Order: sequence, then structure tokens, then C-alpha cells
Amino acid sequence: MSQWHGEYAFAMRSLVLKDFRVRYRNMSLGVFWSLINPLIMMGVLTFVFTGIFPNQQIKNFPIFVLCGLIPFNFFALAWSSGTSSLLENTALIKRLAVPREIIPIASVLSNCLHLGIQISLLLFLVLATGYGMNRYWLWLPLIWGLEVVFVMGMAMACGALNVYIRDMRYVVESCSTILFWLVPIFYPFSFIPTRFAGIYELNPVAALVLASRNVLLDAKAPPGSLLWKLSISSVLVFLLGWFVFQRLKRRFYDYL
Amino acid sequence: MTAIEFRNVSKVFAHGTGTRLLSSHLGEWLGQPPKEAFYALKNVSFSVQSGEGFGVVGHNGAGKSTLLGLATGICGPDQGEVIMNGRIAAVLELGSGFHPDLTGTENLFLNASLLGLSRKRTKELADYIVEFAGLEDFINEPMRTYSTGMTMRLAFAVAVHTDPDILILDEVIAVGDQTFQVKCLDHLRSLRQAGKTILCVSHSPDTIEQFCHRAIWLAHGQVVKEGLAREVLDAYRASL
Repeated sequence: MSQWHGEYAFAMRSLVLKDFRVRYRNMSLGVFWSLINPLIMMGVLTFVFTGIFPNQQIKNFPIFVLCGLIPFNFFALAWSSGTSSLLENTALIKRLAVPREIIPIASVLSNCLHLGIQISLLLFLVLATGYGMNRYWLWLPLIWGLEVVFVMGMAMACGALNVYIRDMRYVVESCSTILFWLVPIFYPFSFIPTRFAGIYELNPVAALVLASRNVLLDAKAPPGSLLWKLSISSVLVFLLGWFVFQRLKRRFYDYL
Repeated sequence: MTAIEFRNVSKVFAHGTGTRLLSSHLGEWLGQPPKEAFYALKNVSFSVQSGEGFGVVGHNGAGKSTLLGLATGICGPDQGEVIMNGRIAAVLELGSGFHPDLTGTENLFLNASLLGLSRKRTKELADYIVEFAGLEDFINEPMRTYSTGMTMRLAFAVAVHTDPDILILDEVIAVGDQTFQVKCLDHLRSLRQAGKTILCVSHSPDTIEQFCHRAIWLAHGQVVKEGLAREVLDAYRASL
């Protein structure tokens, strides 16, 4: 199967550019959608949780929510597009000897551009509302980098399974909806009963949200235990995804 | 030197593989007896020397595409061995890997990268490829505005310029106008003279006759006849 002698980086780059161009070429507002979407969600959630359910404990609710929304949105989008990426690229898989791993990984990477834009928006709003910069911001690239690693693992595993069992896409969509509620997006970690707190930290998406808030809103380093759990679970999920993918990729041709 | 060698190659598709339902996978894992096997290729052996033009003819469903899939390394054989020596470029099916919303140039880079050309070489060759395809005036238009012939010309031009040792062609030569066909055939001849190997698959014997020296005729996954292109093609024509 190793009859491909190309450059991984060039192939990856081309696929990412393709995804990105195809997505934005037919949109009048283009990249602005990446900004508008989280802002609208932020507005709606702020209205519901300050206007309808008033709460005194969370100050500056819009920024608080945005810290949760942005990592979650990236996770949900990249996971679902990574899951369907192999099916969408059937033509490539059945006609070209491109290394298959490139396809789900490129699909996740092409979502990173949104993440980048949305992170800029978040950082801008954090500064604009007077939180100020602190040296713990240096943790942010690591935290968000781990999220990308984690999603790649999920995308490889679910993308490969989706070739064999086409319902996978719906499983992923349902899980995303469930996670929206189970990740502390519009409630703080302190509201979670202690007996569930340990489990919450194991969920990399929840851990990400917590770590981002630690740094951006509380101006403190994320707790070491949280970072350890985040790193270990992200790397494990990536390795697991890789392993599943290697096992399943041999028969892609027969099932696509 | 041997460029391509198939040794007793079989490729099996169990009837019913390809069902994408959980229940059928569970059955497989729990050891339900496999359904009847279907041989897409059965015990196929042949070898092609470097610099040779080799043709494969056969009706639809004879196993031609499976053979190409094995040769390009897209899928692996269930039995036997496939040995390929050298860099491979394949034009399998019209414009596979092209996206209709991208422009000609963007598709050119995408396709070249997936076929295994380096970024540097692609930049160097881009203008030349466009010129070869005769698409200078349309190269910045989206591919969906291209005619079938234009798409195929670009696909062909990219593939032959990836500097392959082995070029694999699937039915593509027949498309494109007379001028381009002549250009293609000239180019293929010069590739062969430079010691490159060409593996060409078609259901029409005429295309193969033009630049293949030897050929095999496949039917129901098995080799019916192997030998000089003329003899094999005559026998194939007689059977039509």
C-alpha cells in the first residue's frame, strides 16, 4: 500500500485549502460567519441566563459563555466534519493512493482556521472588557493545541467507523448535543456536585473550557492535575484513533 | 527490469460486504458463516517490463478496475502478490479528485499534490501543464464550467507531468478531441522511449492497439489470453 511518494505537507495543505475555499466561496459573508455565529449564540445564552434565569454568581456572563462556546464549537464542528470526511472523499480514496490518514486530519485542520478567528475574537473581547493580559496566557497555545490533538483522534476513529456503519454520523451529532449540556458552557464548574467533578475533568472538552477560564477570567494557571488529565486523555484518544484507523483502513475500498 | 508483476493475484469480495449496517458487522464478528465469495480477480499472473506499453481489455465487470486498484496500491490482494517497481501516476476515471467549485489552477495543485508531486516541482511545471492541456484561457475559471474534454485534458496533463515511472490509464484517452488525442499519443510514445511503463485499460481495443505492445484479455476475473497486443485484440474482437 505504500506506493505513494508525495509530500505529506503539500498534500495536507492542498486538502485544507480545498475545504476552506469550497466552504467560503459560495458565502456572501465569507469568513465573517466565523465571527457572527459565536456572537449570536453568546447573545442568546446571555439573554436566557441573565434575562430569564437571573444569576448573581457569574459576572460578565457574555465573556464567560464565550470561553465555553468557542472550544465547544470547534470540537463539535471538527468532530462531525472529520467523521464524514472519508465518505465525502470517496472519489479520492477509490482512485488515488494518498495516505488515508491525511483526509480526516486535513478536515480537522481546516476547521482550525475558524478556531483561530474565534480565538482572536475571544481575546479581543477579554481585553476590551478590562481583564488584561497575564503571563498565564502562555498556557493557551498548549491547551488549545491539545484540543486539536484530541479532535484528530476522535475524527480518525469515528471517520473510519463511519465507512462501515453509516449511522455513525448521527451518533456523533447526538453526542455533540448531549455534550453541549454536559460541558460547563453556561454554568461554572463550581456548580457541579463534587462527586461528579472528577469525571468532568476527564472529559477533554470540559477540561479545556475550565482551563481557558482559569487563564482568561481568573488570571491564574490551570491546576496541574487538570492539565495532566487533559494531556493524557488527549494523547490517549489520539493514539486510540490512530490505532482504530490503521485497523479499519485496509477494507475502506470494499465498503466505499 | 520488471516494472509490474502480478503473481497469482486474487481479489475476493464476499457477497454482502459493503452493507453498512451494524447487524451485518455483528454477524461477521460473531462468526456467522461468510456468504458466498465473488472473485473479482482469480489467479491472475502477468508481468510488464520497463518501457513497455501493456494493455488490459475486457467487458464491463471483467475485473479491469480491480486490477488497476491493485496496481496503484489503492487496495491490497487477498491472495498472491503485486510487485510494482517505481513511481506510479494514475489517471483513473475522469477528473477524480477535482472539485467543481475550485478553479483550474487550484485543482491542478490539489491533484498534483495528491498524485505525489512535490510543491516545488508543481510550481515549476504549472504553466507547462496548463499549456499542454491547452487551457490557458480558462485556467482561472471554476471547473464546473469546463466541458468533459477540458476536464480530462487537465487530468491527463497533470498525471503525465508527475514524472511517473509507471503511468496507469483508465479509459481516458478516448475523450478529448482529435488534436488532443494525437498530442496524448505522441506524449505517451515519448514516455515509452524514455523507458517509462504504461499500463492501459479499456473495453475498446482500438485505443490499446495504438501504443500497447502486449496485452491481456480478462473475463470474469480470469485471464483468457495473454500475448502480443495484436493477437489478443483480434481474439477479443472476434468474441464481440
